[in-house]
Amino acid sequence: MILSIVVFTIGVFGFLSRRNIIIMFMSIELMLNAVNINLISFSHYIQDLRGQILAFFVIAVAASEAAIGLAIVIALFRNKATAHVDEIHEMKG
Amino acid sequence: MIQQLFFAYFGCAIVILSILVISMKNPIHSVLWMLLLFFHIASLYLFLNAEFMAAMQVIVYAGGILVLFLFAVLLLNIREEMRINRFIGAWPTGFTFAAGLLAVVILSVRSFVAAPPGIYTIDLIKKETNARALGTLLYTDYLYPFEVASLILLVAIVGAIVLAKRRAKG
Repeated sequence: MILSIVVFTIGVFGFLSRRNIIIMFMSIELMLNAVNINLISFSHYIQDLRGQILAFFVIAVAASEAAIGLAIVIALFRNKATAHVDEIHEMKG
Repeated sequence: MIQQLFFAYFGCAIVILSILVISMKNPIHSVLWMLLLFFHIASLYLFLNAEFMAAMQVIVYAGGILVLFLFAVLLLNIREEMRINRFIGAWPTGFTFAAGLLAVVILSVRSFVAAPPGIYTIDLIKKETNARALGTLLYTDYLYPFEVASLILLVAIVGAIVLAKRRAKG
């Protein structure tokens, strides 16, 4: 459980601190994986399969999230030719 | 004893690999470390009697998602990426926030109480095989969420194609 928390925190740090948007997506995957580790270890320890079912759905949602996110990155890259979050400031007033 | 050794190795490896993933300068190295990380997580699942989830982890993450990431990384200008600073200017804020979260969650873990054990004991799962028990549960009690998940995947496919498609000329 501590392992899962540590991986989750590393994911949060990576998400908040990296400049490259693709690495930020990888940090999101890291956080989802941490949650999956936690779910599956609890489903082992309390002997219930519901944790594994939930982890299964998390994997499905993570796959679709990665597809959508990378499609957004590609569209963004086509328009702006950058993948750095601090160079995207069109919405700034 | 050997169980604890095994878990210690995988725990340390997973933590170190995830630090490597977010701290590599070259995004391709990051993706490759992540591949190794996913295989370690899959072996941890095997260790927790979740064979089906381990297979899913390897197929979906290592086979699908990482290929997508590698494809997207190829769009980047790697040479320029190696030269510039890889963290944004406000990274101490992110670090403080993450460290605070770690401390709060670890402190709150102490008040954790385990739920009463369920019916799926290890012997039962061994007798029935993991994939079969999971499938039975998935198609009976969790049929509705399963259908919703399939709908989400469909929307993701359509959305990704619409977003990444080039505009037709004229």
